[in-house]
Amino acid sequence: MSEIFTFALIFSALRLSTPLIFAALGGLFSERSGVINIALEGLMLMGAFTAAVMTYELNNPFLGLLCGVIAGGALAFVYAVATIKFEADQVVAGMAINFLMFGLPALISGSVYDSTGSTPQLLISQQLPSLGKLLHLENVPILPSVNFATFLVLVLVPIIYYVLYKTPFGLRLRAVGENPAAADAAGVNVIKLRYTAVVISGLLAAAGGAYLSIGQSSLFTRNMTAGRGFIALAALILAKWRPVPVLLACLFFGFTEALTNAIQGAPWAKMPSGEDIPIQFIQMIPYVLTIIVLAGFIGLSRAPKALGIPYRKES
Amino acid sequence: MKIVREVLSPLIAVIAAFVVGGLIIAILGDNPFEAFGLLLSNSFGSVRDIGWTLHLATPLIFTGLAVAVAFRCGLLNIGAEGQLYVAAFATAWVGIKFGGTVVDIFGKKEDWSWASLPGWLLVPLCVLTAVAAGALWGAIPGILKAKFGSHEVINTIMLNFIAIALVGYFTQYFYKIPGDALMQTAPIGAAAAIPRLNEFLPFIPADVPLNVSFILAILMCMAVYVYLWKTKWGYELRAVGQNPDAAEYGGISSKKQIVVAMTVSGGLAGMVAISEVLGVRHNYYHEFSGEVGFLGIAVALLGRNHPFGVFIGALFFAVLQRGEIFVDAFTRYVSKDLGWVLQAIIILFVACLQMYSRSTRTKGKV
Repeated sequence: MSEIFTFALIFSALRLSTPLIFAALGGLFSERSGVINIALEGLMLMGAFTAAVMTYELNNPFLGLLCGVIAGGALAFVYAVATIKFEADQVVAGMAINFLMFGLPALISGSVYDSTGSTPQLLISQQLPSLGKLLHLENVPILPSVNFATFLVLVLVPIIYYVLYKTPFGLRLRAVGENPAAADAAGVNVIKLRYTAVVISGLLAAAGGAYLSIGQSSLFTRNMTAGRGFIALAALILAKWRPVPVLLACLFFGFTEALTNAIQGAPWAKMPSGEDIPIQFIQMIPYVLTIIVLAGFIGLSRAPKALGIPYRKES
Repeated sequence: MKIVREVLSPLIAVIAAFVVGGLIIAILGDNPFEAFGLLLSNSFGSVRDIGWTLHLATPLIFTGLAVAVAFRCGLLNIGAEGQLYVAAFATAWVGIKFGGTVVDIFGKKEDWSWASLPGWLLVPLCVLTAVAAGALWGAIPGILKAKFGSHEVINTIMLNFIAIALVGYFTQYFYKIPGDALMQTAPIGAAAAIPRLNEFLPFIPADVPLNVSFILAILMCMAVYVYLWKTKWGYELRAVGQNPDAAEYGGISSKKQIVVAMTVSGGLAGMVAISEVLGVRHNYYHEFSGEVGFLGIAVALLGRNHPFGVFIGALFFAVLQRGEIFVDAFTRYVSKDLGWVLQAIIILFVACLQMYSRSTRTKGKV
C-alpha cells in the first residue's frame, strides 16, 4: 500500500489539479461579482478545442494556449451579454453554453479534419513543455515533472489573492457581489465590473481546458473535460469562494483522481473475491465525492449575497 | 393577446437558431437551404416519415414533461438522462427476471429468470418499475437540496455520471450474455413487449417502431396539466416555484415540494424506458439515449414549461433528430452535432427572451 504514496502520486495529483485550479479561479471571479458560472465546463471545452486546433495549425503551444484563452474570453463575453444585459437565468444560459460546446467542436473538427470529433494528434514537441524542458534544466530535480501550465497556475494563486484583497478592483468586485446597489451608490460601474469578471473567468477556465488538450494529452477529444468544470465549481463552493482554499480544494480533488488512477490495477487493490475492482466504481469516485462535499459543506459556506441576481440600476 | 406573447418568443428563438445554424453551415461549406430542406422533407414527407417523427417525439415528451414539472417548482433537472438510464436498466431487469428469459451461452441454455409471468401482469410490473426507478433516482437530488441545500444542477449532473457507471457495471458483469460484443443485457421476456401502433392502424408501415407509449405520452401531457393546474398539490408545487418564502408563509413546505417535484420529474423521465425498452429494443442497451434527457430541457423551455407546449416542442426536436440523420448523410461537411448547436442557441435565446419569469427559481448556491 505504501508504494503508491510516492512522489509520482504527488506529481500526478498536481497534474490532475491544474485544469481544476484554472477553472475554479475563473469561477471565483465571476461568482464573486455576483454571476453564477455553471458554464465553466463549456468555457474549458472552448479553450481545449481552440488550443488544440491552433497549436496544430501554428505549430506553437504557447500561441495555441493564447488563442484558446482568447476564445474562452470571447465565449464568456457571449455568456455575459446573455446574463447581464438580457438578464437571462444564469443557470439556464450557462447550460446552453455547455451544450453549445458539446456540439460545436465536433461539428467544426468533423468538417475541417474529417474526424468524428477529435483534432489531429500533436507531436510531443508541440505540447506545452515542462519547466525542465522549457528552461533546458532537465537534470534539475522536480522541474521536468512540472508542466509550464501547472507552474503558471501556482503563480496565479497569490496574484489573484493580491488582486482580490489588496487592490481597489478586488474591493469593488467583492462589493458588487455582496451589495451591488451600495457599490453603485459609491460610484462603481456594476455592469462593467461584472462584464470584466465574467470575461476573466472565461480566460482562466479556457486556460485550464487548453492544458487538458495540449499539456496533459496531445489532442482534443469530444467532451474531454468529462465534468471537470462542475467539479471545479464544487471545489469553489467547498473553498467558500476564496483563492487559497480554492487551490487546496482543487488539490484535494486532483489527489483523489490521482489516487483512483493509482488504485486501478494496483496489485493490492482487489475485490474480496480476488478480482480487480471494476473500473466503473473507480470512475464514480470523484462524482460521489463531489456530492458528499456539496452536501457536507454547503451549510457552512456563504455565497456572495447577490449571486444569481441580475442588477438593474434604479431610475 | 396572451397567447400571442406566449408563442412569439419561442418562435423568435427557433428562427434565431436557424439563422445562426445556417450561418455555421454556410461557413463550413454546405448550402444551408439544402440542409434545412433535408431536415424538413425527411420528417413529414410520407406516413412513414411522420410515424418515425412521432416515435422520436415520444421519449422527448416524457423528458420534456419531467424538466417542465421541476421547472415549475423552480428546479432545473439536468438529471433526466441518468434517471432514464436507471429506469431502463431496472425495467429490463424485471423483464428478464420475471419474463422467463432463457439465454443461449455458447450453445448451452441457461434460465436467467425467476418466473415467467403472463403479459397482463408483466407489462404493468415493468411500467411500474420504470416509473419507480426513475422517481427514486430523481428523488436523490431533491432530498439533497431539501436537506442540505446543495444545488440540484451539480448533483443531477454528478448522478448522471454515477448512473451510467452503475448501470454499465451491472450490464457488463451480470446481465450481458457472455460472448456478446455489444454492451447490452439479455432480451426481456416476449410477454413484456408492448404493441406497435401498426397492429391497430395498418396504414402505418410495419417497420415504424411507433408504439402505444406514444398514446401514454399524450395521456401524460393531460395528466401533468391536471396535476399542475387543477389540483391542490400542483398549486402548492407551483407556489414554491414562484416564491418559496411566500409559499412557506402560506403554510406550504417548500422542502417537501422540492422532493415531490424531483420525484415526479424522475418518474416522468423514467417513462422513457417504457417506449425504449418495452417498445423498441426489448433489452437494455448501454447509453442508448445519447441526449434525450438533455434535449428535455430545450423541449421544456421551448414549450414554456406547459404540457401542451412540451408536446409541440418535442415534435420540433423530433423533426430535428429525424432530419439530422439525413443532413449527416447527404451533406458533405455538416454532421449531426448540428443538433447540439441548434439546441444550445434555442435555449440561450429562450433564456434571453425571459421565457420563464426569473423570479420562479428557488435560490440555490452554485
